[in-house]
Amino acid sequence: MYAFEYHRPTSVKEAAGLAGQAEDTKFLAGGHTLLPTMKLRLAGPANLIDLGQIAELRGIERSGDTITIGAMMKHAEVANSAEVKQAIPALAEMAELIGDPHVRNRGTIGGSVANNDPSADYPAACLALNATIITNQRKIAADDFFQGIFTTALQEGEIITQVSFKVPSQAAYTKFRNPASRYALVGVFVAKHADGVRVAVTGAGSNGVFRLPEMEKALSGNFAAEAIDGIAVATDEMNSDIHADAAYRAHLVGVMARRAVQAAAARG
Amino acid sequence: MTTVSLTVNGQSVTADVDPRTLLVQFLRDNLRLTGTHVGCDTSQCGACVVHLNGQAVKSCTTLAVQANASVVTTIEGIAQGGELHPMQAAFREHHGLQCGYCTPGMIMSAIDIVNRKGNTLDEQTIRAELEGNLCRCTGYHNIVKAVAAGAKGMAQAPLQQAAE
Repeated sequence: MYAFEYHRPTSVKEAAGLAGQAEDTKFLAGGHTLLPTMKLRLAGPANLIDLGQIAELRGIERSGDTITIGAMMKHAEVANSAEVKQAIPALAEMAELIGDPHVRNRGTIGGSVANNDPSADYPAACLALNATIITNQRKIAADDFFQGIFTTALQEGEIITQVSFKVPSQAAYTKFRNPASRYALVGVFVAKHADGVRVAVTGAGSNGVFRLPEMEKALSGNFAAEAIDGIAVATDEMNSDIHADAAYRAHLVGVMARRAVQAAAARG
Repeated sequence: MTTVSLTVNGQSVTADVDPRTLLVQFLRDNLRLTGTHVGCDTSQCGACVVHLNGQAVKSCTTLAVQANASVVTTIEGIAQGGELHPMQAAFREHHGLQCGYCTPGMIMSAIDIVNRKGNTLDEQTIRAELEGNLCRCTGYHNIVKAVAAGAKGMAQAPLQQAAE
């Protein structure tokens, strides 16, 4: 790991100020992507701004048809939150599928969303649950936030403070995990909202997380697995690697989507 | 250099460290607590698991400075008054190790599992919860038996549990 200056602000304002003053900064959330990347010297920021002591980045709150989660809430905290389990059990279950218990004790929702790893779970939840990404500067709809692998709408020095999810009537997340990394080979998050169904796919796309409008339309008419039986998923924008080629991934998207619909429908 | 102050195995520690010092390096090199191991150094194998504020974490993927003002417990801190912690005793009794390299992390994870899931653990739960700990001797069978027995042992030693 290259040397860096370490900063430990106690407010979002202070953190943003530090990012504005210092050159070549990175924000440190749970560190479970950034620190391994720095250890490999793929990243070497001159200044590391630790968000771990900022109380205003924590908390989980239900308000009407939204549940809002502080950016520094850890995966284990989301998975075990009574509010999340009650409002969106699929979201709690998704958080429980990230990494392993130790990773879930450190990794955060804000870090995952900001990083937009093409195989991460939270981006799919954000799209399917029509989330709003709240930063220290603005509110960004999830549909506008994720812009390709490891690329988001965040500007330099902008800090995610909260992620706000719409509570669906039914939802489920199914994940086919890479058995070694535990990242999604394919993960599909399906959510039924009052204004229609959303289907979001992670792990599969060469351009990161994406929605499947054809499946969404079919499921909005009939929320049942057979409604999407004949819908083929295009292979041209699928990842292809030693773990699964594009055709395999495209097929798996259909399988996982049907399983997610079944699981969501069974939830009643 | 950045000053870090924390409590390790019940003792207050303050040191000036290079900010890039990993928690596991701080424990091993600064404090000479070499029971916590570095296996893969890539957040996968769990040989470096310690408790940070009572929760199991991978100390190879945590900076020492992130543990400022925190309470850390390592494998050296769980035996009380010369008596092995019930989970350590169970690993010995059930031969839950071969080479022993993964054992500190296994035991710290196992205690964390009991803290979260209770004292009666079925095999499926133990195996699922140990997914972040790798044993390259493939000694999982006895590790699973040891964790189940250690979980029961922890129920019979409430004082020791509270101390941990």
